[in-house]
Amino acid sequence: MKKVVLSRILQAIPTLWVIATVTFFMTRYAPGGPFDSEKAIPQEIKVKLESHFGLDRPLAEQYLLYLKNLLQGDLGPSFKYPGWEVSELIATAFPISLTLGALSLVIALLIGLPVGIIAALRKNSWLDYLPMSLSMAGICLPTFVLGPLLIYVFSTQLSLLPPLGWYGPADWVLPSFTLGLFYAAYIARLTRAGMLEALQQDYVRTAIAKGASSFRVVTKHALRGGLLPVITYLGPAFAGLISGSFVIESVFFIPGLGKFFVTAAFNRDYTMVLGTVLFYASLIILLNLLVDLLQAWLDPKARQL
Amino acid sequence: MSLENSSSLGKDAWLRLKANRMAMLSLWVLVAMAVLSVVGPVLSPYSYDEQNLDRVFHGPCNEHLFGTDNLGRDLFTRATYGGRISLAVGLLATIVSLIIGVTYGMTAGYAGSKTDAWMMRSVDVLYSLPFTIFVILLMVLFGRNFLLLFLAIGAVEWLTMARITRAQTINLKKTEFIEAARALGYSHWRILFRHLLPNLVGPIIVYATLTVPSVMLLEAVLSFLGLGVQAPLSSWGSLIKEGADKMDAAPWLLFFPGIFFCMTLFALNFLGDGLRDALDPKSSKE
Amino acid sequence: MDKLEINDLRINFNTREGVIRAVEGVNITLNRGEVVGLVGESGSGKSVTCNSILQLLPSPPAKIESGSIKWKNKDLLKEQKVDMEVIRGKEISMVFQDPMSSLNPYLPVLDQVAEPLIIHGMASLPEARKKAGEMLLKVGVSRVAENPRAYPHEFSGGMRQRAMIAMALITQPSVLLADEPTTALDVTVQSKILCILKELCRDLQISVLFVSHDLGLVAELADRVIVMYRGKIVENNNTKSLFSNPKHPYVKALIACRPTLDSKITRLPTIADFMDEENNKIQKDEKLDLNPIHLDSEETLVEIKGLFVDFPSESGLIRAIDGINLKIRKGTTHGIVGESGSGKTTLGRAILQLVQPTAGQFYLNGNVVVFKSIRERKRFCKSMQIIFQDPYASLNPRLTVEQILTEPMIVHGIGKSRKERMTRAMEIMEEVGLDAGFLNRYPHQFSGGQRQRICVARALTTEPEFIVCDECVSAMDVSVQAQVLNLLKSLQVSRGLTYLFISHDLSVVKFMSDQIAVMQKGRIIENGTADQIYNDPQSKYTRALIDAVPKANCSLSHTY
Repeated sequence: MKKVVLSRILQAIPTLWVIATVTFFMTRYAPGGPFDSEKAIPQEIKVKLESHFGLDRPLAEQYLLYLKNLLQGDLGPSFKYPGWEVSELIATAFPISLTLGALSLVIALLIGLPVGIIAALRKNSWLDYLPMSLSMAGICLPTFVLGPLLIYVFSTQLSLLPPLGWYGPADWVLPSFTLGLFYAAYIARLTRAGMLEALQQDYVRTAIAKGASSFRVVTKHALRGGLLPVITYLGPAFAGLISGSFVIESVFFIPGLGKFFVTAAFNRDYTMVLGTVLFYASLIILLNLLVDLLQAWLDPKARQL
Repeated sequence: MSLENSSSLGKDAWLRLKANRMAMLSLWVLVAMAVLSVVGPVLSPYSYDEQNLDRVFHGPCNEHLFGTDNLGRDLFTRATYGGRISLAVGLLATIVSLIIGVTYGMTAGYAGSKTDAWMMRSVDVLYSLPFTIFVILLMVLFGRNFLLLFLAIGAVEWLTMARITRAQTINLKKTEFIEAARALGYSHWRILFRHLLPNLVGPIIVYATLTVPSVMLLEAVLSFLGLGVQAPLSSWGSLIKEGADKMDAAPWLLFFPGIFFCMTLFALNFLGDGLRDALDPKSSKE
Repeated sequence: MDKLEINDLRINFNTREGVIRAVEGVNITLNRGEVVGLVGESGSGKSVTCNSILQLLPSPPAKIESGSIKWKNKDLLKEQKVDMEVIRGKEISMVFQDPMSSLNPYLPVLDQVAEPLIIHGMASLPEARKKAGEMLLKVGVSRVAENPRAYPHEFSGGMRQRAMIAMALITQPSVLLADEPTTALDVTVQSKILCILKELCRDLQISVLFVSHDLGLVAELADRVIVMYRGKIVENNNTKSLFSNPKHPYVKALIACRPTLDSKITRLPTIADFMDEENNKIQKDEKLDLNPIHLDSEETLVEIKGLFVDFPSESGLIRAIDGINLKIRKGTTHGIVGESGSGKTTLGRAILQLVQPTAGQFYLNGNVVVFKSIRERKRFCKSMQIIFQDPYASLNPRLTVEQILTEPMIVHGIGKSRKERMTRAMEIMEEVGLDAGFLNRYPHQFSGGQRQRICVARALTTEPEFIVCDECVSAMDVSVQAQVLNLLKSLQVSRGLTYLFISHDLSVVKFMSDQIAVMQKGRIIENGTADQIYNDPQSKYTRALIDAVPKANCSLSHTY
């Protein structure tokens, strides 16, 4: 087990380096520097800014300087928000996205898991067809359609919930439900498939032959194997939640990291873009590692390695 | 033991698919969508970018089947035209990812040992990249080139295709008929193309059918963020964005493209599920 | 009163291809303390019958048309699920075929063995664990005492099956249903398991319904034997009478077409011989009729020198073959017999270079066999072929039989036109006993035995001199096995083929082979003529193998 952790960390380092390099060069070679759009800035200030950020030095030097700063945890100052460090921006915006993501995931699991399990146990009944059809619909309805729809129903028409912003707990409901329902649909389908497969296993038949009640068979025997596909899905789910947050934050006007990132990309805010990409990459690597560890922990064979 | 006239696995699978009503319905829906997308803009008296500023925000009526948008453009034409773009992106990107992914996965799986390890390590590294982010980056930085769009999306999807193909290849490699082929002295090319690939077709088709909706979603998200096709071109994604913005004033702008989009995705998913059941090899075993 | 009575049971299966009548009017009575063997080949309905007792059949495809199963004044077929839960594992227990998949891989073995006690409220958790530990020791699984949290994957197949038995018997049920419990195990392990089963059940006065395809195995254990064929019972008698005086032709055939250790015949009788009323001859006493050329042949066709094969694994290199030297004479069959892990399968594959040897040389007709390039490989592939174990996996499901048979010809340049190749393919089909009209069909349209014949035909297309038969009848019913073995033998005579015949089944190996090598742990521990090996085994292991074959007596001492 320790070997796995170690090898993954070692694998992460070149990955991050590749990402940093690729992003660096991509932003540099993209047409239009960060200051093109604001022609109102006087020439001297523009020059000063460019030298401050090292833009007048040769490319190779900029790259090395950049790497050096990275290793020290310095992601540089933002091009667009004067006075703000990128790391500070991330630190302010990320917790919001994190809350959104975590809530969505919790909702997704709380809805998806039970629905999937019941659908598997009551296969081919209405407890199966109805939720599965709904979940299919859920997958096909993009969040940026569902979001405005929910706003229309709950805010405009029913005036139950606030549509925009991120000021208090009431604001959390609609966005996390929008994102959460989408993933609940996936999780419900995966759980159902996993449980159906688990219930076919020989060892479940053995448990039944021992006289175990349905409840015991499901909880003690089938669940472990049945939930495996869901756990495997958690990795991509995290990644999806992150990119999903871009859309949700746009629709609901939430000042999360996703919104910052898209804005930064549009504004050619180099350091912000680079910093965010690296941050997300590290996050995904970490989360994938945790998921793998979870999987291994659940499988006795892997645990002993 | 049924010994009727030779019935290949393909024929068996097709018969099974035909028996699945949802899947056949989905197939018809998709055909209908495709036909509509091709024929719609041709039949319509308007063109998709024809502005008509005295007919702004008209609801569905006789002259405009689906109504008009904020610039007086006919929604029916734009929606069906958007179908062309969305479906084309979906199909092309899937084909790109298929070609790259299958070749890569099959090679890695068949070569085995070190070659496989290196190839998959790269995939693992790439897998942990926040690809959506990169696509966004690409689109922002290098402009909304249509070609770039579907290349970028295809490049995201090939990884999973490669993984699936590789897993299947490794399974097949262990089967005795592949070993028999080696024992009979067949060349690697022959084994790959005559024996391995035809048996990979099943899962590949299923996965491809399920990739198309995922690609279309991605394109829609990009359009939503303003990174998809450029106006006045329309894809379903960009139309939905416009519609979502103007939902209070003109709900039909969201409704029609939304319906088209969701129905297509629905149909693709059901078809994919149906294909998976139909191609299930277990049912043809004794 | 503790009598299990199955009355006129009829069970159908609704499949995509139509309705299958799996069980058609079966009557079985199991008296207290009795051991009844239920024997049949695949498709006989024996497993379906057994599984229906505890309502374990999957209900949509399976449908119980009529009949009753009486147990303690109840009809088990009509009981509610809740009531069945009281019976299952407590009054009637079951042991299944595959110990690897029948144990939950995520739970420790001790807990699984203790579980029936907990389910039926017969003990608290710590008590149950203690009893489970004792039970496991009783069946010979000592590992759990050292490590109570041991998981199934840490045990061998034999140990897992012992644990399954412990699990089934821990509640001291009245009836034990055993569905092919030893089929997946090696012969030596099998005999030990049978001994345990026999002894425990006798001590605890448990009635046993023992389902198996192996008539000889059942003879060892059962007081009474019931034979099923195509869903019906064809004979029901006590063991002694059934074997000494079988009445139904199918039973006669089953007994006769199994090769035995104590006779040497050239051709196995098949079911067809018996089911055909006019032709009821038993050819058991046909004496040796070997072609004199075989016996005098000094010419070595294939020679193996110094073979070593290693496999990489998580814990380093595993040595599958540990130094083998072998000479195979032209026109003869050299048998390789061994249990799982002996390396016999690896040997067959190593000769054809399907597995890369670490060291060693192969010689064909005195020439060194080299496989460096595709061209060299092709040259030797023409002469050396292999037939595998699983007829279902050995044929490309996407190709027609014609394509399967003509492809080797295309690759090796045999036959100049499509017509020529077709003709050759048709000839070979006739040679293996298949209708040439089947050429345009696909593998899935054939039965297992027919598919194996196609594999034989495919091997013959390159006109080889040497064929490796790697457990090629092990996955078959006895009746089908007999047909394929007869085919292989007749081909050997008509074509002058040389075989390396690999199997774990001693009787089959003895029937086929002139020379036999016994393998254990990657080495050949004994090598001699078939008669020598069986009549005068030199090594202890060989003796143990011979003793373990069913029909020998089970030693009742506690030497598991």
